[in-house]
Amino acid sequence: MSHVPLLAHASLDEIFAYQPSGPVTVRSFLAAAATLAERLPAGRRFLNLCRDRYRFTVGLAAGLLDGRSSLLPTSQLPATLRQIQRQCPTIFCLCDSPFDGPFDSLDLPRFDFPDLPIVDPEEIDGIPDIPSELVAITVYTSGSTGLPVAHDKSWGSLVRNARAEASRLGLLAGPRHSIVGTVPAQHMFGFESTVLLAMHGNSPFWSGKPFYPQDVADALQAVPPPRMLVTTPFHLGIVLAAEVELPTVNRLLSATAPLSSQLAAAAESRLAAPVDEIYGCTETGQVASRRLLVDPAWLPLDGVCLQREAHAIVASGGHIEVPVALADEIELLPDGRFMLLGRNADVINVAGKRSSLAYLDHQLTAIPGVVDGAFFQPDEASPESITRLCAFAVAPQLSERQLLAQLRQRVDAVFLPRPLWLVDSLPRNRIGKLPRAQMQVLYAAHAAHETHQAMRP
Amino acid sequence: MSEETSQAAAMLPEVAQLIVAALNLDLDPSEIEPDAPLFREGLGLDSIDVLEIALVISRRYGFQLRSDDEDNVRIFSSLRTLAAHIASQRSG
Repeated sequence: MSHVPLLAHASLDEIFAYQPSGPVTVRSFLAAAATLAERLPAGRRFLNLCRDRYRFTVGLAAGLLDGRSSLLPTSQLPATLRQIQRQCPTIFCLCDSPFDGPFDSLDLPRFDFPDLPIVDPEEIDGIPDIPSELVAITVYTSGSTGLPVAHDKSWGSLVRNARAEASRLGLLAGPRHSIVGTVPAQHMFGFESTVLLAMHGNSPFWSGKPFYPQDVADALQAVPPPRMLVTTPFHLGIVLAAEVELPTVNRLLSATAPLSSQLAAAAESRLAAPVDEIYGCTETGQVASRRLLVDPAWLPLDGVCLQREAHAIVASGGHIEVPVALADEIELLPDGRFMLLGRNADVINVAGKRSSLAYLDHQLTAIPGVVDGAFFQPDEASPESITRLCAFAVAPQLSERQLLAQLRQRVDAVFLPRPLWLVDSLPRNRIGKLPRAQMQVLYAAHAAHETHQAMRP
Repeated sequence: MSEETSQAAAMLPEVAQLIVAALNLDLDPSEIEPDAPLFREGLGLDSIDVLEIALVISRRYGFQLRSDDEDNVRIFSSLRTLAAHIASQRSG
């Protein structure tokens, strides 16, 4: 069996990450991981819910040392966690915060990240090797049947992905960039472009996840230059609009939705730094990159190839273990680059979180008392303004409030309908489908009615 | 009633109006109950809304929110707590 090192660092005394208390060396990180590996409860898989990027990565590494997998749920919804528990009954949660946000870890066994008095860092004598075939993480997408679908990622393919990304961005040669990320470690883009880049891309990360624009400025200030900001179009738009004073940012990396050329131009001119984007999805990992202001076409990462097969564009090669049909509409260019034309109509992307209409409809109609129901995505105003979903439900015995309370248990908050309209029936055609044109008419009628109501004196 | 509390109470309609405008909500500002939760079963706001509201606050009142400001969850727990935070920041 082949092996890949846990970290790519040349020396145990290099800086691995930055915390509010100061830099952490590779040696200290390895000592923390070794200590945690000894303490984790039995079970081959655990939900890594650590909010702190450093503790998340210590958890990941502790698992790898012991042949275990970290499960990365994109949301901590009760319905999702219960489904994961059904699939792996010995599951436990690694947590680092008494408050887990709007949703807690339910009744799943919980292991709190310990204060680590630590294996003595001086006892660490090298960087361990990890079997390349080991399933390092399992990530989830919302399946069309209403159940989350698990995707296993081997350590070998994750490292290949990280090295291809770091090589494309020019991070492997030259000065070490400090990464500040606004995206969570549990999200595929955040995992690849902060956690993996620190492990295999020569780029230590900041342990926090800044939220408000001033937090982003403070986090950037706390790490040494050169700096790379890893964020999303929505967050980038807010940070620029807030006009906070930012220290020098040398690179910016964005993903989860394509940037508009206006925002890319505003960011490059304000920061005086190149803005690169990554295109990928949970199933493939990262597929391609571009710098929009130089070239709107996407260039696949080394070894990755896109081909038209039957009715789909399929990505394969490089770090992609199994060929994957992409959910977006893509135009292939003769030289291997490609243009992203738009989303498949079923795919939903709200502020970088992805789901599908089929999945959301399934969640709505599975609520007891709902006779029929469907989500609808109005046309987007612009890439940076968030267009919310709305939904229609036929549920004679339920109030709008009761329905929303039920949906909140099943659907991530960003996908909750605004508004949810109760109707007598849905405009289904003879074969039971809901044509978008008919839904558009229904939406227009209800939206116009609300405007009229609001305008009444 | 302390001066700060009365200032916050006086700001309730203004902050309600700000939330409705920032988020394009289909409701009258007076419908937002001062002590009802802004998240989940109340108005149903999420972190995207918080960033949108924070941006409008920084423009209107000239200060930036920070995550280490007191208890961030508490600031956004209701219209009244948000108005109180704004009142204390702009007067302070």
